[in-house]
Amino acid sequence: MTTISRSRMTVRATVFAAIAALALSACASDDAAEETTAAAEPTSDHVHEVTFDEAWVKVVDEGMTAAFGELHNGTHEEIVFVSASTPVSSMVELHETTMDDGGDMMMSAKEGGFAVGEGETLTLEPGGNHIMLMDVTEPIEAGDVVTLTLTFESGDTLDVEAVAKEFSGANEEYSGDDEMSHDHGDSMDEDHSTDHSTGTDH
Amino acid sequence: MTESEHPQAPGTSRRRLLFGGAAVGLGAVAGVAADRTLASGTEAESSPPPPERDVTGLNGAREVEFYGAHQAGIATSVCAHATYVAIDFHDDVDRDALRRLMQLVTDDAARLTEGDGALADTEPELAVVPASLTVTFGFGPGFIERAGASVPSWMGPIPGFDIDALEDAWSDGDFLILVSSDDPVTNAHAVRMLLKDTRAFGTVRWRQDGFRRAYGSEVSGTTMRNLFGQIDGTTNPEPGTVDFDHVVWRTSGWAAGGTTLAIRRIRMDLDTWDEVDPTGRSFSVGRDITSGAPLTGSKEADVPDFEATTPSGLTVISPVSHIARSRPEASEEVIFRRGYNYDVPPHDGTVSESGLIFASFQADVSRQFVPIQKRLAEADLLNTWTTPIGSAVFAISPGCKPGEYVGQALLG
Ligand code: HEM
Ligand SMILES: [Cu+2]
Repeated sequence: MTTISRSRMTVRATVFAAIAALALSACASDDAAEETTAAAEPTSDHVHEVTFDEAWVKVVDEGMTAAFGELHNGTHEEIVFVSASTPVSSMVELHETTMDDGGDMMMSAKEGGFAVGEGETLTLEPGGNHIMLMDVTEPIEAGDVVTLTLTFESGDTLDVEAVAKEFSGANEEYSGDDEMSHDHGDSMDEDHSTDHSTGTDH
Repeated sequence: MTESEHPQAPGTSRRRLLFGGAAVGLGAVAGVAADRTLASGTEAESSPPPPERDVTGLNGAREVEFYGAHQAGIATSVCAHATYVAIDFHDDVDRDALRRLMQLVTDDAARLTEGDGALADTEPELAVVPASLTVTFGFGPGFIERAGASVPSWMGPIPGFDIDALEDAWSDGDFLILVSSDDPVTNAHAVRMLLKDTRAFGTVRWRQDGFRRAYGSEVSGTTMRNLFGQIDGTTNPEPGTVDFDHVVWRTSGWAAGGTTLAIRRIRMDLDTWDEVDPTGRSFSVGRDITSGAPLTGSKEADVPDFEATTPSGLTVISPVSHIARSRPEASEEVIFRRGYNYDVPPHDGTVSESGLIFASFQADVSRQFVPIQKRLAEADLLNTWTTPIGSAVFAISPGCKPGEYVGQALLG
């Protein structure tokens, strides 16, 4: 049963295997463009695809939370990830995290979205760039699967399934200057995790 | 002249006594460098080269396949460290929650055993040394009830026995996570990651940490010694044999390809064991304490002869010795033992608190394990020094394929 380390290039076929992939060949028609990569196929073979894997979202009762993962541009041209949407939050923003003058980490909307060059990977992670779910109204519980639709400048979209995990970090202050945001100035607080551990509340 | 040419130099021979032969080959301790030279100069000509320190770290990279018909950590080779954690579920955990839990922890286990961080792992750096990591999940009665199934008769319960002094702190539980590898740092990380993803569903009821000899200390496959010094595990089904498959795996229902795990935390009183001389020690088990050979044989692998008698007409192997009492009376009374030692801080002015995390896999606890335990509780010389302080049974579901999760046949 024991095997020597396999190459890390092989995509792991996990429970949450739905590694979203988008074929962006130059002449692909819009509706033919979308597909989900079969779980066991190696990414390296899909050189003409945009993939999103390692997707997860931070558990939250309500309010703000964030989604993370790795967006890989396997096409031969630059792509620009401009927006995202999900049934679980009416408002979604793309955020970057920067350090303010006082050394605190602040997150704010990324104007114009994220450009990802040919062959490059955009890592969305706690303390860094992320997809911000601004207004979650129903609890996202550990192990829930949240669907996100990523939209690119080209108009192409990519559906991603992100699993919900409890996470204590990713508590950056939100410095949204957007008047629409009623959560202005809040942080994505994680008090719910204590609720869960004692809890019979849900 | 160098020291090596003067093997009789008083300082040298004294150091050799202190450090013994094992240190000779290590060469990493400055103080024994002289002995090393000495060894190569005098005795090494005829003997094999001394063992060398592993500088390549090869063992850390070893992986055990997570996916398969059976969960890993049962028939796979035994590692040096094992941690058993039992979880009590929160009241609101239902079938749907169990499904979410098993998807989360299956994904974690699959990634960690491949030497990758889990999703949302805050210390992925610790995951890069899998060291043969395996993760095995077990379902207690509470799990199975919440899944909407009835608790099968093949998973016990194990009744109480007169010899027992069971503590809640070591008994029962809804859900078991068994983590095992050859590296304690790997284990600690995997256990924490899995428990972080279990936290939303329950609380830790108990945790038992066990160990055997370190990887590489002995020839792989050497039967372990428990902390009584006994060779423990000689008569045991061999993974990969028809016999083993028959003893261990269930063949029908949601647990087909799975098994059961009986865990008994058994305190071993090393202080009173100290009072027993080697003859008495060997007599209590029916096997030689040093070689592990049955008292009617000369090698560990020899088959015990329970009929052989002494000139005075008594059986050589006492009828109340541990092997006489534990050997099967009916053909189905066979179990696969895969225990670990424990050694935790002592209390009340004593110097040790040690024992065995007795763990056996068998298709049917009630038919295979319980009759043996019942006989041992009635009479077994080893009971003089041993006390069961914990008891738990878990159903071990079959393994899964990529894209599936452990327990899918029960929850899917
Ligand atoms: C601290 C407690 C225990 C100690 C120190 C211990 C130690 C030993 C030793 C030294 C042997 C002989 C070598 C071998 O075949 O492995 C043995 C055999 C065995 N033990 Fe135990 N044991 C303990 C508890 C148990 C329990 C609780 C059970 C089952 C209920 C059990 C079942 C067996 C069986 C089935 C054998 C093999 C018998 C045969 O030769 O067919 N033991 N044990
Ligand atoms: Cu944000």
